Amino acid sequence: MFRFKNYVKVQELKEAYELNQKKSNVVLGGTLWLKMEDINKQTAIDLSGLGLDKITETSEEFIIGCMVSLRDLELHPSLNESFQNGFKEAVRHIVGVQFRNCATVGGSIFARFGFSDVLTLFLALDSYVELYKGGRVSMKEFVKMPRNNDILVSVIVKKDNRKVCYLSERRSSTDFPLISCAAACHNGEWTVSVGARPARAMLFSDDQKRLSEIPGNEEIDLFIQDMKESVTFGTNMRGSEEYRRHLAGVLIRRGIQTILKDRTGGVLG
Amino acid sequence: MKIKFWLNHVEIEDEINPDTPLLEYLRGKNCYSVKRGCETANCGLCTVLVEDRPVLSCGTLAVRVDGRHVVTMEGLQEKAKEFGEFLADEGAEQCGFCSPGFIMNVLAMEKELRNPTEEEIKEYLAGNLCRCTGYMGQLRAIRLFLEHKQNLIRGGEAS
Repeated sequence: MFRFKNYVKVQELKEAYELNQKKSNVVLGGTLWLKMEDINKQTAIDLSGLGLDKITETSEEFIIGCMVSLRDLELHPSLNESFQNGFKEAVRHIVGVQFRNCATVGGSIFARFGFSDVLTLFLALDSYVELYKGGRVSMKEFVKMPRNNDILVSVIVKKDNRKVCYLSERRSSTDFPLISCAAACHNGEWTVSVGARPARAMLFSDDQKRLSEIPGNEEIDLFIQDMKESVTFGTNMRGSEEYRRHLAGVLIRRGIQTILKDRTGGVLG
Repeated sequence: MKIKFWLNHVEIEDEINPDTPLLEYLRGKNCYSVKRGCETANCGLCTVLVEDRPVLSCGTLAVRVDGRHVVTMEGLQEKAKEFGEFLADEGAEQCGFCSPGFIMNVLAMEKELRNPTEEEIKEYLAGNLCRCTGYMGQLRAIRLFLEHKQNLIRGGEAS
């Protein structure tokens, strides 16, 4: 059980940051993961009184407050329209509607869980976290940073017309993914992210320039070969290293092909 | 710590330990429809509505419903009975332990989705586990229940 002595619904971020400097205190997200832990904490810090449960859209970006639920990501029309329903696809397999009404974006992203569908998708987008002390940090950097005592205020996604396709494989519906992948194409440049390796999601860019803007099968083969050689995979009860590496190749190929199909109006060379 | 909220439309003020899960708190208030069927926030048996949204009360802290409206099946008796009759007619239930959480989520779905397809229904209810059945009876009951609701709306429009 997850136990704590005091509960503080903070009035401002500064208060949350100061309380969070103590190792014995903890910030609450959706508390679905925290409740599974057998820990005793002094003070639980609740950010839910700060109006951070909203998605704000500007002409350049989406600003997603840390207390926005996964269900909100799934149902936000404009966010999904901008990214080919990637958000809906990345979260709809996570347990159930009731779970996604509770789980928060901040909780998923700050924890950088090794099984995170959400982190895998954000990593393939031009996205940032807004930290109270650390300011705006790109997701690319944030995914590699160790956990610290900062406060994640919001997640920002740039509206850069990138095309994205999210895919995952599960041993059974609603379970954790055994592999998660997102392919993205921006101005003819391809990147993919691979999560549930089963470690934190990892970005893989086409540095070798294997892929042209509309790549053929041979180009895709070479790119996937590069990806398989540079991304590290591991074994756990859901799947072996080899199985994950193989599936990542399959899913990334499908992701690239889906993006190409959408762009060429279904006509592929 | 003090909380004040609405439980099944009745305002309640209470003193609670801040780390009490909503599930245990509600059972302490005689809402025995709210059950714990797993330890991993996966089964959906503890589903209640907070501000009309279905949530897992096992993973929600009771302090977080301060100022909000919580509805359990005890507060939805009539609607639960209406759908329950469809479940019974289809022989959908076996042990019935998972029914309250399932019914709560079906009622939430009925409010949220307009003319859902079978796939949409399955996806909405994927977080409600039943280990006795194969869900076929439940799906038949839902289809008939939604048709019945639609007919009521149409009937209302015609008259």
